[in-house]
Amino acid sequence: MSHALISVPKAVKRGQVFEIKTLISHRMETGFRADAKGQLVPRDIIQRFTCTYNGVEVFNLKLSPAIAANPFISFFTVATESGTIALRWTGDNGFAVEETVSIKVE
Amino acid sequence: MSRRRVSAGLLRAAVCLGAALAAPLAAGQTPDGQRRSGYDDMSKSVQAMQDDDMANPGMLWVRDGEGLWNRRVGSADKACADCHAGIGSISGVAARYPAFEATLGRPIALEQRINLCRTNHQRTEPLGPESRELLALSAYVAQQSRGQPIAPPADPRLQPFIEGGEALYARRQGQLNLSCAQCHDDNSGRKLGSATIPQGHPSAYPIYRLEWQSLGSLKRRLRNCLIGMRAEPYDYGAQEYVDLELFLMSRARGMKLESPGVRP
Repeated sequence: MSHALISVPKAVKRGQVFEIKTLISHRMETGFRADAKGQLVPRDIIQRFTCTYNGVEVFNLKLSPAIAANPFISFFTVATESGTIALRWTGDNGFAVEETVSIKVE
Repeated sequence: MSRRRVSAGLLRAAVCLGAALAAPLAAGQTPDGQRRSGYDDMSKSVQAMQDDDMANPGMLWVRDGEGLWNRRVGSADKACADCHAGIGSISGVAARYPAFEATLGRPIALEQRINLCRTNHQRTEPLGPESRELLALSAYVAQQSRGQPIAPPADPRLQPFIEGGEALYARRQGQLNLSCAQCHDDNSGRKLGSATIPQGHPSAYPIYRLEWQSLGSLKRRLRNCLIGMRAEPYDYGAQEYVDLELFLMSRARGMKLESPGVRP
């Protein structure tokens, strides 16, 4: 099962500001909660989200334990050239998901 | 950028109930024209989250459900898609469940139908209650009926079970000695702690509840209410939940399905 839903416009005009929306499946366990036996549940969160556009980083975000499960991240960037947008989530317990989408700039 | 953790629990809120019930009660149920989905009482931001499939976390389960729908499992090596010709063929199904199952002599909910298909046709283990896979499949099936009016079947065999559900709905239970009707008929639209009491229509299940940080079934919601009333929740397999669901669906007849809904 794949993890993330991504929304990027298929085609945009050069110089146009456009929105990238992402939603990823993750439990974002804070590390502060106890289970039924009183034991702390170890932290399991996404720590970092980055977005590169044709290899250039255009957005990055550090996530904290206060962020709810299944984080929704949306941001804007400027259309420069046609190419690929790579989105990468990394976190505790070796969590790493990378998705790429292509975009056409007219 | 991200959703706030919602901490206020029904348990805590239920303590404030005494104050809410002190006002005079309007008896009886809400007339058809005044029925409101829980959606209508939510904040604009939560409504926006439900409306946008990219922001609605329930869609993560819908997408998992699509994968499961097409995956061959069991000793019969069959996928759901192998029997059900095209996902379009199950459009409207969620709007008419629970339905009467003749072999069992009682009505069953959509999740039970999915599990019956698994044991009878796919020849594999049934999925556990509230498991991610069962929620994913029911979310995928329910989403196919999105926008359609709730249409319980006109099956006379269902009538005694609907009446049973109605009796449960009206029965006081738990240490707080409350019935469903006291909150959801008599005091809907008013406040329970900081939350608006909804009319209790099952029009968006399974729902992504921010408090749960997960998708959950109507059964989970009913268990939450029972715990809030300080009553012992029925076991997951209990017929009481199906009867209640049946009554609630007949009470919500004609309202539009929103599945998968988002609730605070």
